[in-house]
Amino acid sequence: MKTLLLVVAAAVSIAACGNREEIAEGKRSYQGKPDSQPWNNEPLAAEYRGGKWTKGDRASWETDIKARQLTQHEYKRIDQ
Amino acid sequence: MARMKFLCDAERCIECNGCVTACKQENEVPWGVNRRRVVTINDGIVGAEKSISVACMHCSDAPCMAVCPVDCFYRTDDGVVLHDKDLCIGCGYCFYACPFGAPQFPQAGAFGLRGKMDKCTFCAGGPEKDQSEAEFKKYGRNRLSEGKLPACAEMCSTKALLGGDGDVIADIYRDRVVRRGKGSEVWGWGTAYGPGKPGPTPPQQQPARKS
Repeated sequence: MKTLLLVVAAAVSIAACGNREEIAEGKRSYQGKPDSQPWNNEPLAAEYRGGKWTKGDRASWETDIKARQLTQHEYKRIDQ
Repeated sequence: MARMKFLCDAERCIECNGCVTACKQENEVPWGVNRRRVVTINDGIVGAEKSISVACMHCSDAPCMAVCPVDCFYRTDDGVVLHDKDLCIGCGYCFYACPFGAPQFPQAGAFGLRGKMDKCTFCAGGPEKDQSEAEFKKYGRNRLSEGKLPACAEMCSTKALLGGDGDVIADIYRDRVVRRGKGSEVWGWGTAYGPGKPGPTPPQQQPARKS
């Protein structure tokens, strides 16, 4: 009985000495909070300006943001 | 699928610091932290001196993500590299790894104690509820969720700084290079996004002849 208790005590006392599971390089992953997607929001001031994309629809958001990006192209902007 | 990138046209940047000011104002960036700054390249070399606007480039294979000991970095579906400030321990490894010097650390106490890392978010906020006060306080404005582009790029008066989907802004830049016939080098793109495919060769300019 005494031997058994000693073995259990020894096992408990060294339990915290184990190594953490190591993660191979390249397989590490983000440990923080999840983030939401920009297309899961209502377009800004939709009630005044009209919805430019549909909430939750990534394709429509991308179409809208691409149109905005093209305004940086002054040659095309002038031609419009 | 959009893959957000920045591109700075050194032929056009006039070092007005409008992008720096726009970023500071839009995101209410604290004193001592500069998410974006304008630097001079080829300083002192007559004829080759240019200015460019530099911030986090949201690299394809971001070294900051690789070295972070607490894995607080993530990449959004649009390719924007963001981080969770609740997890950041302010160790500064990302600063040493970043080839652009993008990570910034506000002073958090005496003896130069570093606070949590702060950097450009491509005006995409962070891991908090979109457009919430918490998101704004920690990460700044989330313009992408409003259907807008980063304030720095939209504010640029000469359109030297372009922000948006890599394909779209590369097309804009290609058009410019072909029209003006020079300045096809894009500073930092190879470092941030890999070598990729070479762009078109601009038409050769005829050297001016003295008559």
